[in-house]
Amino acid sequence: MALSYVLEPAVSGFNFENSTRNIVLENGSEEGKIKAPKPMKTGTTIAGVVYKDGVVLGADTRATSDEVVADKMCAKIHYIAPNIYCCGAGTAADTEKTTDMLSSNLTIFSMNSGRNPRVVMAVNILQDMLFRYRGMIGAHLILGGVDCTGSHLYTVGPYGSIDKVPYLAMGSGKLPAMGILEDRFKGNMDLEEAKALVSDAIHAGIMSDLGSGNNIDLCVITKEGVDYIRPHRESIYNYKRQAKYKYKPGTTPVLTKTVNQLELELVHETVQMMETAGSS
Amino acid sequence: MISAQAYGGNGKVKEYHYTGPVEHKFSPYAFNGGTVLAVAGEDFALVASDTRLSEGYSIHSRDSPKCYKLTDTTVIGCSGFHGDCLTLTKIIEARLKMYKHSNNKSMTSGAIAAMLSTILYGRRFFPYYVYNIIGGLDEEGDSETYKQDTYKAGGSASAMLQPLLDNQIGFKNMENVEQLPLSQEKAVQLVKDVFISAAERDVYTGDALKICIITKEGVREEIVPLRKD
Repeated sequence: MALSYVLEPAVSGFNFENSTRNIVLENGSEEGKIKAPKPMKTGTTIAGVVYKDGVVLGADTRATSDEVVADKMCAKIHYIAPNIYCCGAGTAADTEKTTDMLSSNLTIFSMNSGRNPRVVMAVNILQDMLFRYRGMIGAHLILGGVDCTGSHLYTVGPYGSIDKVPYLAMGSGKLPAMGILEDRFKGNMDLEEAKALVSDAIHAGIMSDLGSGNNIDLCVITKEGVDYIRPHRESIYNYKRQAKYKYKPGTTPVLTKTVNQLELELVHETVQMMETAGSS
Repeated sequence: MISAQAYGGNGKVKEYHYTGPVEHKFSPYAFNGGTVLAVAGEDFALVASDTRLSEGYSIHSRDSPKCYKLTDTTVIGCSGFHGDCLTLTKIIEARLKMYKHSNNKSMTSGAIAAMLSTILYGRRFFPYYVYNIIGGLDEEGDSETYKQDTYKAGGSASAMLQPLLDNQIGFKNMENVEQLPLSQEKAVQLVKDVFISAAERDVYTGDALKICIITKEGVREEIVPLRKD
């Protein structure tokens, strides 16, 4: 009797079988030339700060695809665990999927062990995965959370490097944001000060960096719980158009019209009276 | 095993992984962003541009308009590589002076356009990286020249502006719509609205909008703020 594997085990890492084919397609003759689709990057400013009672994370809300704004209100602060949140910069799909996978893994761990996950565990899982993929996953993340050992803020780079610091910024707008953080950060700030600092850091990124813009989201994590403020500060630029660009029905020219009659058979008919005002 | 890095992957080539001999080239061009737009009606013309000068993801200046007044009846909008824009406008202004001194009159809009074409073609094999649009009035009294309203957008957000102008000024893709000729007020309002929309979706367009309105009285300027983020 022949043994056959119906389901092949998944090969780890990226599959490069199609690389030679893709090169031929991209360098082909003019008619046959096909451009590979460009991944959407978030071109972002994200920042985080550890304060007296916990961690404050902040992010802008613009997602760009090269020079075009693809999403004006995208959410860059992702849920990992009830006590851990993660801001993501880099390729949008990579940050979404990586944080989703991390969140699932930690939920399974919590159920198995009955404990809340620690931030350092989340960081280690991320680091393992990103290092294994040799930097091909373009996820630049800032992880922040509060667990039984205290408040922690980590950054994980796409190659798998980590950095544990009290304040940081990532993304294309990290330099202006870092300027504000370096200037005004001090240890043991209180909540309002910390929120103002992160908000101003993101605002500096938004004004100086073309890849960041629109609103500012904040996420405050403490021992007691999480306050996800979306949006914390809305964009002040809401210039209204002066005219209404609405089209009356019949404006679009109809070139051809084909009608396909559906053959329907009436099987069952019920009538339900609506309760309208004025009916007895 | 195939070296993953050589094939770009997600569009990011890692510089410090050795993949073989790499050719580094110096590029004489940079793209400084910016959008220009020109609309011509029966007795007026307008040239509008945003005022943001950028490079990569940074902003060089929030107050660098791209419309340059050439004569009392002509304005040119240039966007693209700022170095070439400045040099090109200097050359055009010098040629205008030379023409005035030898022919004792100012160049007409059509003549300036023809001259610009020659100047640009002279650099066919090392081009000026500039998107030009010239807007202006022809000799006075000749209202027959602009029988149909003309409009053109150039620069980074041109692909976003042009279709809307085709629809609103050219009445394309619409039926049963009253085709009124374009008045000056409607044109200015349309240009403002169109730039507000472009600033929402194009990162290189923003900060402020400068509109130069050319009528037989002369050139009038209007400045409107746009998104700064």
